[in-house]
Amino acid sequence: MSNKIDANLVRHIGKLSRIELTDAEVDALGCQMADILEYFDKLQELDTQNVEPMAHAVELSNVLADDVQRDSLTAEQALANAPAREGDFFKVPKVLGEGA
Amino acid sequence: MVAQVCNLWLLVVGGTGLQPVAVGGTNEKIMTDNNDNVLPIIGMEIHVELATKTKIFCRCLNRFGDPPNTHTCPVCLGMPGSLPVMNKKAVEYSMKVGLALNCTIAGRTKWDRKNYYYPDLPKAYQISQYDMPLASDGYLEIPLEGDTTKKLRVLRAHLEEDAGKNVHDLPGCTGVDLNRAGVPLLEIVSQPDMNSVAEVTGYARAMQRIVRWLGVSEANMQMGHMRFEPNINLHITRDGKIYKTPIIEVKNLNSFRSLEGAVAFEIRRQYELWQDDPDGFTLEKLGKQNRGYDVDREQTVFQRDKEEAHDYRYFPDPDLMPVVVSSDWRDRVAGEIGELPLARRERFMTEYKLTFEEADSLTMDGPTGDLLDAVVEAGAEAKRCSKLLMSRGLALANEKNCTIAMTGIKAWQLADLAKMQDGGDINATAAAKIFDKMTATGDSPADIAQADGLLIVKDDSQIEKWIDDAIAANPQAVAEIAQGGKKQKKSFSFLVGQVMQASRGAAAPADVQKQLTQKLAE
Repeated sequence: MSNKIDANLVRHIGKLSRIELTDAEVDALGCQMADILEYFDKLQELDTQNVEPMAHAVELSNVLADDVQRDSLTAEQALANAPAREGDFFKVPKVLGEGA
Repeated sequence: MVAQVCNLWLLVVGGTGLQPVAVGGTNEKIMTDNNDNVLPIIGMEIHVELATKTKIFCRCLNRFGDPPNTHTCPVCLGMPGSLPVMNKKAVEYSMKVGLALNCTIAGRTKWDRKNYYYPDLPKAYQISQYDMPLASDGYLEIPLEGDTTKKLRVLRAHLEEDAGKNVHDLPGCTGVDLNRAGVPLLEIVSQPDMNSVAEVTGYARAMQRIVRWLGVSEANMQMGHMRFEPNINLHITRDGKIYKTPIIEVKNLNSFRSLEGAVAFEIRRQYELWQDDPDGFTLEKLGKQNRGYDVDREQTVFQRDKEEAHDYRYFPDPDLMPVVVSSDWRDRVAGEIGELPLARRERFMTEYKLTFEEADSLTMDGPTGDLLDAVVEAGAEAKRCSKLLMSRGLALANEKNCTIAMTGIKAWQLADLAKMQDGGDINATAAAKIFDKMTATGDSPADIAQADGLLIVKDDSQIEKWIDDAIAANPQAVAEIAQGGKKQKKSFSFLVGQVMQASRGAAAPADVQKQLTQKLAE
């Protein structure tokens, strides 16, 4: 594992992503992440002094839609794949407090 | 409300007893009785839901109050493989707000993913703007007591999506309604330029007025269209040394009352805590903290920080293309803005000679002010129309919880009504009745006056007949008037009253008095 990525960082990212990791997975993912970062190091070698940053790989802009209503799903359809429901709400474990 | 707060002195129970601390006022520093100089430093984030017809990234209806999960689709449910498409109107509404706040509109802007897990956020990221906000570096000028104003700087305004709604009152679980997920939200971030409760509420109300006036949001607090998050700390000077208290951000305030209460409470609370520990209760030692607000106890309350919540791992959203705002596009949107509310209020006072109160009420939103301009254009007298709007218009608006313009009153109706009253065709009581009725039915005021017998009778022979009848029926009153003495005046008024009653209020009292005097003298 490279010195940029240690086991704690992998566990931290796992926690942020709500993914439980075994020690073996932490090792494996750490190595893969280190490889990815190494590749970015390679990109860093390029001189981009006079290049405008791109927000997207495709040179397109202003892909916009008019503010016109189209059909939505019914509540039944929306909830069809929900693991649990309470009436017409998605049911989740009790959360206290509002917003994030 | 604001003016009251300016003069409000709140008593603070400090370690050494009662101390007065002014939390209002304009930039004024707070003097306490042990010579501390306390200056509140307040900035604010305001979230405004935009009143587009559809959501920001899909064409589901943007509407409050419908049954849960009836306005959703694969995009706002966060289904894999779905793609968001930016709502053009949401961009233009945001540009309008940015321009009205004197901001620079970015020539090129993009959207980023803010990653966090919460049940109301199905994608596990919110699409927002991180380093390239649509609008930046503006200001909002707010009126203060007297004739002064203060410029409050706006750092940035960026466009993002709202989350769904968690419903907490279900037994043993939380329910999630995603109708609100993907409603366009404009986050407006101020610089920490506010120094009192009055300035904070002044800023919030001015913002509400601007977005309503621009027609980009209903800014209805009950419907959660506006949410406030003030951040507050104190700069305290004691013995030549400046101390800074920790910066507290109060989350998710959804009424002016809560905003006012939370900021006033924080100012008191922080000063109190600092007095107990001047070297410990500081920004350096404690940094920034979040707190919530308990409406019932009128106190800010400790909020457990969500673990690692601030590691949002922003990155550009690859599903959305950047938006390039050409100068043509910007100019066209700017052209739609026209006169801003404070300028209009000033014009109503100078041009139409309205009082501050009248001008202020009639410039709360765009269409109500437009209505006044339209009736003046139609030849009615501005002051008369303003009085009608301020009495019945405002009363109906309050009843229906809407703006005066939304009560249904039409400019031509109001113009006709004002002209009728000014021409002496109807009295004030009739005008009020007609106002309410024509707003409900859409009929012309003349038709209503005719049908309901509210026109003032100008036909002298008709009035003469009522007078003759009254005289014939009340010989004793006539005799008392003829005798003179102390009963004369009362009896005369009695006869006038009888005539008015016979006319069912349709005769002008002045005409009746004049003719009755003549008649009795014959």
